[in-house]
Amino acid sequence: MSPFLYTLSGLFFILLFLGGIRLMNSPKTAVSGNLLSAAGMLGAIVLTLFGGGIVPAGLLFVSLGIGGIIGAVMAMRVTMIKMPQMVALLNGLGGGASAATAFVVIQNAGHVFSTVFTAALALFVGGITFSGSLIAAAKLDQKLSQRSVLLRGHNRINLFILLLTVILIVIVPFAPERAFGFMALIILIGSLAFGITFTLRIGGADMPITISLLNSLSGVAGSIAGFAIDDPLLVAVGAIVGSAGLILTRIMCRGMNRSLMEVLLGKTTSAARENPFPENPGDTAARPQESGEDPERIVSLLKTAKTVIVIPGYGMALSQAQHQVKQLCDIMEKQGKDVKFAIHPVAGRMPGHMNVLLAEADVPYEKIFDMDSVNPFFPDTDVVIIIGANDVVNPAATTEAGTPIYGMPILHAGEAKNIIIFNKDTRPGYAGVNNPLYSQKNTLLCLGDAAVKIGEIIKKLNEDDATP
Amino acid sequence: MVMLKLIILFIAATAAGYKVISKVPSLLHTPLMSGMNALSGITVLGALVVTAGAVELQSKLLGAAAIVLATINVVAGFLVTHRMLRMFKGKNAGDREL
Repeated sequence: MSPFLYTLSGLFFILLFLGGIRLMNSPKTAVSGNLLSAAGMLGAIVLTLFGGGIVPAGLLFVSLGIGGIIGAVMAMRVTMIKMPQMVALLNGLGGGASAATAFVVIQNAGHVFSTVFTAALALFVGGITFSGSLIAAAKLDQKLSQRSVLLRGHNRINLFILLLTVILIVIVPFAPERAFGFMALIILIGSLAFGITFTLRIGGADMPITISLLNSLSGVAGSIAGFAIDDPLLVAVGAIVGSAGLILTRIMCRGMNRSLMEVLLGKTTSAARENPFPENPGDTAARPQESGEDPERIVSLLKTAKTVIVIPGYGMALSQAQHQVKQLCDIMEKQGKDVKFAIHPVAGRMPGHMNVLLAEADVPYEKIFDMDSVNPFFPDTDVVIIIGANDVVNPAATTEAGTPIYGMPILHAGEAKNIIIFNKDTRPGYAGVNNPLYSQKNTLLCLGDAAVKIGEIIKKLNEDDATP
Repeated sequence: MVMLKLIILFIAATAAGYKVISKVPSLLHTPLMSGMNALSGITVLGALVVTAGAVELQSKLLGAAAIVLATINVVAGFLVTHRMLRMFKGKNAGDREL
């Protein structure tokens, strides 16, 4: 194919992908948007194979086949609650692919300065993405401790690895050609090590930020690899992915009141471990009687309510209570109540995770509201039902200066007329800040497994319906 | 010259991506991310080209590994995105302004 035609087709695919993303701005068109992007990718692969640029050998088809089968099996098996670790893992594979490609490029580059340099850079970013994502996936999958792991002299180790690798990247284009392989290997090892040390100390609660960032990096790695092999399509699509990851990273940071620097330096979790109310750990033990809050009171409260807002948190997902929650809402809707779902930006373990879990439970998306659009409704709401969420409704975020969550945007559940909290216990959430909502007068606490507890309430509501 | 063209393209694509992606509602951020994930598998094109051009066995194997990894990324990425998006159902035809 002539270079002109190749550029033209590249442009066509870029527009196709952008169009696919554009369609994702509404849940009605999103499915076709995704299919459009997938078709574009297939087209790009076919064009690369048969466009005349390369001789398509058997090895290529075998590799494509193996990857395709593994990918399909992984995608069909994964459950929705495990989506964050799946996405983290896939980020890592994308980064690994870019790193491996860059490695081959360096080995066969000859002495073209810009090629060697950009390939080394792609190797570096891809390597970090690969190992960092694998650690993040292992943490999310609980194969590694969710806690932030701090090595002795962690900052110095990171800085040392980083400096060493960056220096190598800068000097590798000037090195003799036969040293390329060896130096590339050192760069790869350095970036893998850096990916590990930097993700290890990021705590579980900061994972939404981490995987957004790794998502961005996987795109950037592909883009730089595009520079190395002079492929405009890789450059552009990698850049698009990079900016998507960056947008999500910013949204997550804002939602958690973190600066990216704090997260990368592992500051958030260490601050979170210090409880700003040290006198309160006995709180849990002091109020055991409330764990058996009378379901009757909850039922009668629910019956009189006209407007209800449900706030699901990751705790709901952990106890797999979303189907019970949906059932409860169906009953209330049948009774003519107005039911909304309020989703905090960082509910769940990755951006938008809670929405997927609710969609899986067949909650229609019209009932799902994001934080900014739902907050004005709270003062006029009869009952707020909080299920396994804590920090995201904690009023301390607006009142208690000096706590780790101070300044974090929250759902103003406290403004509602009545509050029902389903939670495992009264212990503080991830941020370690006690939640004044738990001791508010208009709050009914229902402690224990949310799925079981809500099941009981549903049963009672149904019984009462049957015998009016 | 080639480098300059690519840099301009990089900046333009970042800006265009930023513009379209900002319009995706938070409702769909997880499928957005997995979809972007699939797109980052575009590296598969590069992997195909360098593997086809590789002479040494070592390079061929490494290139093949890159193809496998990137293809997993592409296929699994688009498939999970599809699975998730299909679950998002509206109450009826009326679409809420997001």
